[in-house]
Amino acid sequence: MVKRDLNRGLLTLVVLMVLGLQPAWAGSKILATSGATQIEGAAGGGLVPWAIIGGYGSEGEWGAAASVTRVGLPDFQLGTAAVHAGVNNRFEFSFAQQTLQVDNLDRVIEQHVYGAKARIYGDLIYEPWPQLSVGLQHKVNLNQFVIPGAESEGTDFYFAASKLYLHALFERNLLLNGTFRYTDANETGFLGFGDGNGADPQWMAEASAGIFLTANWAVGMEYRQKPDRLDLGESAWSDVFVAWFPSKQVTLVGAYTDLGKVALWDDQAGWYLSVQINN
Amino acid sequence: MRLITTLFLTLVIAACSTTPTQPTLYERLGEQDGITTIVDNLLFEIGGNDTLLPFFAETDIDRFREKLIEQLCQVSDGPCDYTGDSMAQVHAGMELNDSHFNALVTDLVAAMDDAGVPTGAQNDLLARLVPMYDEVMNPDDYLEPESEPVTP
Repeated sequence: MVKRDLNRGLLTLVVLMVLGLQPAWAGSKILATSGATQIEGAAGGGLVPWAIIGGYGSEGEWGAAASVTRVGLPDFQLGTAAVHAGVNNRFEFSFAQQTLQVDNLDRVIEQHVYGAKARIYGDLIYEPWPQLSVGLQHKVNLNQFVIPGAESEGTDFYFAASKLYLHALFERNLLLNGTFRYTDANETGFLGFGDGNGADPQWMAEASAGIFLTANWAVGMEYRQKPDRLDLGESAWSDVFVAWFPSKQVTLVGAYTDLGKVALWDDQAGWYLSVQINN
Repeated sequence: MRLITTLFLTLVIAACSTTPTQPTLYERLGEQDGITTIVDNLLFEIGGNDTLLPFFAETDIDRFREKLIEQLCQVSDGPCDYTGDSMAQVHAGMELNDSHFNALVTDLVAAMDDAGVPTGAQNDLLARLVPMYDEVMNPDDYLEPESEPVTP
């Protein structure tokens, strides 16, 4: 089942890649300003959804992206196949199919994430104040077997502020993002939602900073605070990343991620790789 | 001790006096020749850009070229005074949106790339031009309203 869905995700990717090869489709946004795809499918960094609207479509245009992401950890393998589309640089819709392989249990947890985002104010580059967006991520955990009592579906709400400061640091362009997320997800939903005593979401803070060494290369870091609803010592997540934007059609992100303690297993740190194709 | 102090002060003074002055952006863009190359490259890019070209159908390209060189010279702290019309006057009635602005920025970056302008100087010029965004996009907010006929 999981394998078939992954294949479907890959098929989608290939179809979009073929579309992406027609350069006339490229939207007019500045290279790299559509960002990458975060693990739940929204346009952003690797871990954090940003205020940017996905795809290269600007005003009066649309744009879409398809990506596959792999995170290799000592006791887990996380895979995500995601698509998102931006319309008029105003609305973003996303879908992500996630699988978390738990090596020690020989089980795979699958989760689907349906996302929507709207830009409510400002512009990433051209206006003095940051771009502000609100978004939601509705998550459906298809194998919520680990934690009895926790819900198998939940919805995160967030608002995000992003700004690209030109000629800001060492004459380079600096991207800053802050996101506040209202969530009751345990390990982003892989361990269900809430603690079985009713939904009790909390505000969590997430942040990203990146610097463009050139127009095509960026390096940066991210932080994502997480609740500890199950008293398992759930850790905040962080990463340091390198992103390469060889063209508007291709985005590659490599990162070293530290997910801390996940469920029962400590020191889950490892490599992150994401390949994205844009139309 | 006095010797050390003297040596130290001498070094400090020497270091200060030999600190090279930072080149202006105008110099880093290659002065008049460099800016002319950038503007010519930009005109070439616009010529191949279906989004932007229609806006130049009625434009006196020689004048546009001359005024843009003047403007980039002034913006980059060069020895020029921009004598063209205000950004609001130039863009009035064009009803531009972000896709046009993005297209021009993209062409300008390509023009600077082809002229060999280093990344830091490119970012500096873009940072100085981007504050014009609001006046370019909303020229009506910056133009005097039509004068009303005076009623006695």
